[in-house]
Amino acid sequence: MSTVATSQIKLTPERPRASVRSHLQDALPKIVLAPSFAITIVFVYGFILWTVYLSFTNSKTFPSYVITGSRAYQRLWGWTFDTDPPSSWYTSITNMGIFGFLYIAICLALGLFLAILLDQKIRGEGVLRPIYLYPMALSFIVTGVAWKWFLDPGLGLEQTLHQWGWTSFHFDWIKNKDFVIYTVVIAGVWQASGFIMAMFLAGLRGIDGEIMKAAQIDGATTFQLYRRIVIPLLRPIFLSAFIVLAHLAIKSYDLVVALTSGGPGGSAWLPSNFMYEYTFKRNEMAVGSASAVIMLMTIVAIIVPYLYSELREKPR
Amino acid sequence: MSAVTTPARQASGGVNVKVINRIVIYGLLALFALFYLMPLFVMLVTSFKTMDEIQNGNMLALPRAPTFDPWLKAWGETCVGLTCAGIKGYFWNSIKMVVPAVLISTMLGALNGYVLTKWRFRGATLVFGLMLFACFIPFQSVLLPMATILGSLGRFGVTLQNATGTSFGLGNPTVNLVFVHVVYGIGFTTLFFRNYYEAFPTELVKAAQVDGASFFQIFRRIMLPNSMPIFVVTVIYQFTNIWNDFLFASAYAGTGDAMPMTVALNNVVNTSTGVVEYNVNMAAAMIAALPTLLVYVLAGRYFVRGLMAGAVKG
Repeated sequence: MSTVATSQIKLTPERPRASVRSHLQDALPKIVLAPSFAITIVFVYGFILWTVYLSFTNSKTFPSYVITGSRAYQRLWGWTFDTDPPSSWYTSITNMGIFGFLYIAICLALGLFLAILLDQKIRGEGVLRPIYLYPMALSFIVTGVAWKWFLDPGLGLEQTLHQWGWTSFHFDWIKNKDFVIYTVVIAGVWQASGFIMAMFLAGLRGIDGEIMKAAQIDGATTFQLYRRIVIPLLRPIFLSAFIVLAHLAIKSYDLVVALTSGGPGGSAWLPSNFMYEYTFKRNEMAVGSASAVIMLMTIVAIIVPYLYSELREKPR
Repeated sequence: MSAVTTPARQASGGVNVKVINRIVIYGLLALFALFYLMPLFVMLVTSFKTMDEIQNGNMLALPRAPTFDPWLKAWGETCVGLTCAGIKGYFWNSIKMVVPAVLISTMLGALNGYVLTKWRFRGATLVFGLMLFACFIPFQSVLLPMATILGSLGRFGVTLQNATGTSFGLGNPTVNLVFVHVVYGIGFTTLFFRNYYEAFPTELVKAAQVDGASFFQIFRRIMLPNSMPIFVVTVIYQFTNIWNDFLFASAYAGTGDAMPMTVALNNVVNTSTGVVEYNVNMAAAMIAALPTLLVYVLAGRYFVRGLMAGAVKG
């Protein structure tokens, strides 16, 4: 891009120097970009600071701007499973751990597995790929509604298997407070794994065939070939897929609402649901803001190093 | 890459192993296809059944006497909260919100991408980095300040209304949502166009500059005519995201007549009064899913490219 810069330097002396018009022309690109940049600064970074500020106040139903220290954070972290009622925040965090880990791990494993299968010169790949991928076009609300119906013990899978004669089959996770978060994992994996498959497939198609042939000639088995050569070459895809999934997982909100309505006693809450409930429904604005700040910090810890490495000026 | 069969296997009576391998692979692929199709299939067949058939029949069975009534009822009669006029109004709400939001954010993204690649200035990377990071923040961290601001703007709108007779859209939930989606969408649209224009030959821009073309002339005559693919990708990406949004919609238009489709659907499904009409719920869910599914069927290739571009940066 340095080429544009040099050409501008060459052109400048030809223009009348002091004229307002030429100044305007020079500044025009920045003027065009300015509104978007200003919007980002105010509505993203400014609002983040605002939320951080609120988290240090004692805001309840309405925002209060008197700093009262880290009470909200102390409430979040000092409220444990042993207190009465047990901590919804720890429930949300635990759920986040279970959901985040399983969702990311299963999506990566399933995505890679399907991509490798699809890469075996499959007839009908053009039909299968869109079938694996279409859930990504649906909203979490629709996904939630569909799976809520499918997993309902009285109407869905359990009932169907009973009718087919397997009467001892029992599957009521969606109504069970200890297992409801796993149904969120199932629906989440259903929605995103096809997309992860597409990412891996694109990666597989980008691998140099020569490397594969050389390994085959050396007598590598299929398993060895994938284990030792293909999967290491897909490292960048693993990273991108991980970032996408981690980011989707932390932001997940709608799926829990639509699939479980929060689960029995809020047992399916993720931190995003906790934030929404406390801010807008339970009039604990400071506590809600504190939870939002913690969510943001988690994302920052994952995304910033990634963006930094992506945007760093690459040596050319 | 091809299916790899080792020399050893080929030697030891290969054909059988190979055939079995293929059967296993196709079997697994078909099984997963079922897994992905099942919920949609169930939703679709249920939406064509009568309540009687749902309660007594099998979830997976095809409707014995397909009826279109649940769809008509979902569209025109079902209750969303206390209003029983179907979801059609909310469907249009979503359209009225999506179209301007997509157009404005895409246009801004195109201009930003053009500036960031062809008119680079010191600090351009930092500006882009700051805008890019905005794509990834959990929106919970801006939700409350935005609610406060929209509330104040709404009150100001009422004052304007009283003074001048028009509120200029201030306080209108649909206008609010358009604004919110533009604000939090320009990060992605800028990313798309920036990456696309990065690969666009700078020599063309340079030549036009030498010929005396202005900033906007170059954009209109050179960049835009060559941007069709990225426009399609961006529009589809934005359309899908904004149509499917639930968080902003429920926070800023969660009640009343201005609810977008996703919020209305959630209300229909979670209404606890009276008999739950599963067939109507499923029909409503299908209607909510149709626009994005249609886009996916018609332009799946671009849809995937958008997702990829959002995931893999360069």
